[in-house]
Amino acid sequence: MQLVLEKRTERSNAIALVSPLIAIGLTIVTMTILFAILGKNPLLALQAYFIAPLTDGYSLQEIAVKATPLVMIAIGLSLCYLANAWNIGAEGQFLIGAVAGSWIAVKTQGTDAGAWVLPAMLVLAATAGALYALIPAICKVKFGASEILTSLMLVYVADLLLDYLVRGPWRDPNGFNFPTTAEFDPVATVPLLIEGGRLHLGSIIALLVVAAAAILLGRTIKGFEIRVVGAAPRAARFGGFNANQLIILTFAVSGALAGLAGIIEVAGPVGHLQPGISPGYGFTAIIVAFLGRLNPIGILIAGLFLALTFIGGEQAQIAMKIPLDVTKVFQGILLFYVLACDSLILYRFKLVFPNRQVARGAG
Amino acid sequence: MQAYQRMLDPTPNGLHSGESPLLRTVGLTKRYGDFLANDSIDVDIWPKEIHALLGENGAGKSTLVKAIYGLIQPSAGEIRWQGDQIVLSGPSEARSRGIGMVFQHFSLFDNLTVAENVALGLDGKESFKDMSARLEQVSKIYGLPLDPRREVWQLSVGERQRIEIVRALMQDPKFLILDEPTAVLTPQEADQLFIVLERLKAEGRAILYISHKLEEVKRLCDTATILRGGKKIQTCNPRLETAASLARMMVGGEIREVKAAAGRQTTIPRLVVNDLSLAPDEAHGVRLEHISFELKGGEILGIAGVAGNGQDELFAALSGERLAKDPGTVVIDGIAAGHFSITKRRKLGAAFVPEERLGHGTAPRMKLSENALLTGHAASGMVHRGFIDTAATLKTVDQATETFDVRKAKRDPEAASLSGGNLQKFIVGREILRNPAVLVVSQPTWGVDAGAAAVIRQALLDLAAAGAAVLVTSQDLDELAEIADRIAVMFHGRLSEPLATRDATREKLGLLMGGSSLEPKEAAHAVGA
Repeated sequence: MQLVLEKRTERSNAIALVSPLIAIGLTIVTMTILFAILGKNPLLALQAYFIAPLTDGYSLQEIAVKATPLVMIAIGLSLCYLANAWNIGAEGQFLIGAVAGSWIAVKTQGTDAGAWVLPAMLVLAATAGALYALIPAICKVKFGASEILTSLMLVYVADLLLDYLVRGPWRDPNGFNFPTTAEFDPVATVPLLIEGGRLHLGSIIALLVVAAAAILLGRTIKGFEIRVVGAAPRAARFGGFNANQLIILTFAVSGALAGLAGIIEVAGPVGHLQPGISPGYGFTAIIVAFLGRLNPIGILIAGLFLALTFIGGEQAQIAMKIPLDVTKVFQGILLFYVLACDSLILYRFKLVFPNRQVARGAG
Repeated sequence: MQAYQRMLDPTPNGLHSGESPLLRTVGLTKRYGDFLANDSIDVDIWPKEIHALLGENGAGKSTLVKAIYGLIQPSAGEIRWQGDQIVLSGPSEARSRGIGMVFQHFSLFDNLTVAENVALGLDGKESFKDMSARLEQVSKIYGLPLDPRREVWQLSVGERQRIEIVRALMQDPKFLILDEPTAVLTPQEADQLFIVLERLKAEGRAILYISHKLEEVKRLCDTATILRGGKKIQTCNPRLETAASLARMMVGGEIREVKAAAGRQTTIPRLVVNDLSLAPDEAHGVRLEHISFELKGGEILGIAGVAGNGQDELFAALSGERLAKDPGTVVIDGIAAGHFSITKRRKLGAAFVPEERLGHGTAPRMKLSENALLTGHAASGMVHRGFIDTAATLKTVDQATETFDVRKAKRDPEAASLSGGNLQKFIVGREILRNPAVLVVSQPTWGVDAGAAAVIRQALLDLAAAGAAVLVTSQDLDELAEIADRIAVMFHGRLSEPLATRDATREKLGLLMGGSSLEPKEAAHAVGA
């Protein structure tokens, strides 16, 4: 008896919907074992991770705040991945957007600049993110350089640039030598949705991005182009679609969205530019994109779920002294299971009993 | 016991009295999921026999020979070799028992020499020098001339096939399987192959010959086993059958006859190609050289030739997947379009059907409606201000389904879930419904069942009758004879002068396909076999 993978004649839509849930289930089983090995009560740990954050208003708001950059970045990444362009450097584009937008905030600090400051910051951040993403895209199209490597390497360049700026030219003179800019002026800050709460305008922008992506992919010829180029490159060329143009376009869009997410994070919840503004949003968004099946609505749900793991991780650390790195382990295991379960969309498991008689005849 | 079985299962020509079959399959069954590729097939192969395995695509021929050659394990049933039941662990065990196979798709390394390729396929007990010497000897004995030192990429398709055959013969097989060996040969090369096969038979070897060319089978084979839908239909003597009766057994019914409309009028030139030359874009690709022809409305021009002589490159240049520098090289309906993209050419009224259905003509994992959009977005009112009109794409699917009898499980399935014939009907239908001025189609019925092939050929004839110019590239000379008004031949990236179909005998076409010129004074420059 053996277990074989058998190709389905047509992709299974039911499994396509269920596979992320199977992946989450398998991840939770694995985490239970992991918690047990760490000597923690698995039930309490899971409760701290997944239930506790959902029980008070502050945590719920915080989940939406954390989900905002994840969803925005993941939407951009999903366009790239659908078009078979592998942007792994969203983290870098996020940081560059944060830096570029902060430039306006830093330069207008203490002046009586008007309401144009925040919109200008958003536009500049998106532009900078797009331009930064175009570097690997153009290297790919012109020279055939692997965009996976170049986009990833540029993350560290952006990280170090940010580090240099907040330790050098942009450091707050009254900041006790901490590597941070001064707090942004109110005109350079993303407004809150609820007075005294955490939820900010960025979450609305993220929802608009989700809606726009859903329309783009489902209804427009450009979205169709993106899907065909990724699914069947030769057929796409036969259809008259240019794969290189789409690599440029999807990288630019995803860079712009990552850059926008970056400045919203800095000008919103953080309030100033400093190192460590991202707990790895750009990388976690890759998991969000795949967990959400590269589908805008799916990404919205997946983004909220991954945000829950961030908040849950913090709660588990406080309540049970579980290291925060366990959150990253959790996210890694989740991505692993998501990709593994995806094979079930095109294949199914089958038990095969080889013909005993024939086998004996071999002797 | 043997004799008893012989009486129950009489071999058609009664030549085998007192012997036992070399190879016998008993109830051989292969199951893929719910699909029965082979349904308890009994076949006897005798020494000194050329045994044809006939059937349409998907009838189960390949599955059966793969099981016999040890590439797959049968789900049930047994294989008996010289009377003993065997289980083959893989092709190397089959080879060591004396079963050889020549595949339709060659497994050769282009950048290695003939001798190196043969060495890679052998078990490697003898030195390379001895092996090369034996290679030359075997190729000489059987009249399959080969230079062991030449690199494969320099060789013609016919020569490449010789490598595969010689490689199989060097293991001195008792039983040789050939999968559609003449599909890639000119008629003259096929004749030479038949001489070799007769000789192998005279030496006492058995040959299993997979084909769907019925005249060939009648001429060459002693026995024919016909498969249909995974089942054995009959074993018979093909010489006592007519091509029509064999076809009926293969198809399981009458094949609709294709009729050209009487008195078709040719009009103005709609597709003109002027001195088109194009360097290949990949290593070992074919350079197109000075291709010129003129195709009028109402006319079907056939392009014959052995695969790999520039047909793919010509299709790419005509469709606009590759652009020419000089706009005047491709003229569509009077407009110089050599520098136009495929979308612009479609807007001029051109339509294209590539050879590869899945992955080129369609995106396999996308729905038919999306695949209608793939080529229809340019000019069929399916897109308004960047937004897709889903109703219009579905309408194309429904129309193609109805007009061309596309059979599918639901209204809008994925392209990959359709059978080859039904998908090809959809693709051809999708283009014809756009009412094109010019249709360029490559291998329209390759790997398609006879019923679908008839529908497609009829559609091409009807389109021409309605005034379109149709260019058909095909390796199937019978198909071109049936539908084309004129036939030209591609060889080494050049295109011959078209011949009127009534003048285009197999001999003439065969000479052109082998690179000879029809004019005697130029025949001295002939290249190839």
